[in-house]
Amino acid sequence: MSERPVMIITGTRKGIGRHLAEYYLARDFEVVGCSREESDLKDPHYRHFCLDVADETAVRDLFTAVRKDCGRLDVLVNNAGIASMNHVLLTPMKTVESITRTNIIGTFLFCREAAKLMQLARIGRIVNFATVATPLKLEGEALYAASKAAVVSLTEILARELAQLGITVNAVGPTPVHTDLIRSVPKDKMDALIDRQAIKRFGEFRDITNVIDFFIHPQSDFVTGQVVYLGGV
Amino acid sequence: MVDKKNILEEIYGAIGQLNGELPPDSQLDSSAETVLFGAGSKLDSLGLVNLIVGTEQRLQDRFGVAVTIADERAMSQKNSPFRTVGTLADYVELLLGESSRE
Repeated sequence: MSERPVMIITGTRKGIGRHLAEYYLARDFEVVGCSREESDLKDPHYRHFCLDVADETAVRDLFTAVRKDCGRLDVLVNNAGIASMNHVLLTPMKTVESITRTNIIGTFLFCREAAKLMQLARIGRIVNFATVATPLKLEGEALYAASKAAVVSLTEILARELAQLGITVNAVGPTPVHTDLIRSVPKDKMDALIDRQAIKRFGEFRDITNVIDFFIHPQSDFVTGQVVYLGGV
Repeated sequence: MVDKKNILEEIYGAIGQLNGELPPDSQLDSSAETVLFGAGSKLDSLGLVNLIVGTEQRLQDRFGVAVTIADERAMSQKNSPFRTVGTLADYVELLLGESSRE
């Protein structure tokens, strides 16, 4: 069994996921990451899986490998996500399917398989990713916001279903952070969004890790089913 | 080839693991007749979930087969395959037989 605590992070090739992988490697976690493509992150305590988070067989294989190789799973961070800025009348079906698969099915599958592994030790922490786009009801983000609303529901209900197994399930709802996810969003739209936050600035990686650190802290075992939106949304 | 005897051994193994966490009067017998679900079962819903997950993991560890016992068919059958240890073993045998033919 791994002596280090084991954390699975989805979507680690770039952006927030990559930052999280590096951050928790530096804090002595054994990190298992995944994305559709290869990662160039090299670290003796990092292992990468190339997969689609909605591919049930591939996801099960990842968890089997973690169970056999690490013998434990302490934390799951469901970071992988897809966004798309489209008016509803201009949203292609392919976008609908890919957002649904990655954001909802992927989150569900990883939660389900993680809980199977965590329940062996009767302890575990799951952190999902919500978004401020849901409470802000952002125009142009209908599908993205709806998919993350589903993640909020999953978080709240799984928190109850998994509480008996010693597993907490919470979510962090970031504001926009400078990553590829928002690269294609026009500046005036982004400025208008930031203006609706209580604290009017872009989010930073440290804002997100701060909330995750709180959720996964050993003393946070009485905190579950919560969604923390950043920026005062 | 995974036969019924092997499957029962792994279910009994999962029962042994589960019994370690249960009070003495709630522990299950390692027998094909042991009731798992419905009237006469000593297990609560969480116990049943643990037993199914434990059995899946043991089958995978011993035989390298990935089997999802709680699949759509199991959940929709009129006579639940989770009724007893014996019916569970029958259902697992059916699933493994199908997966080996794919």
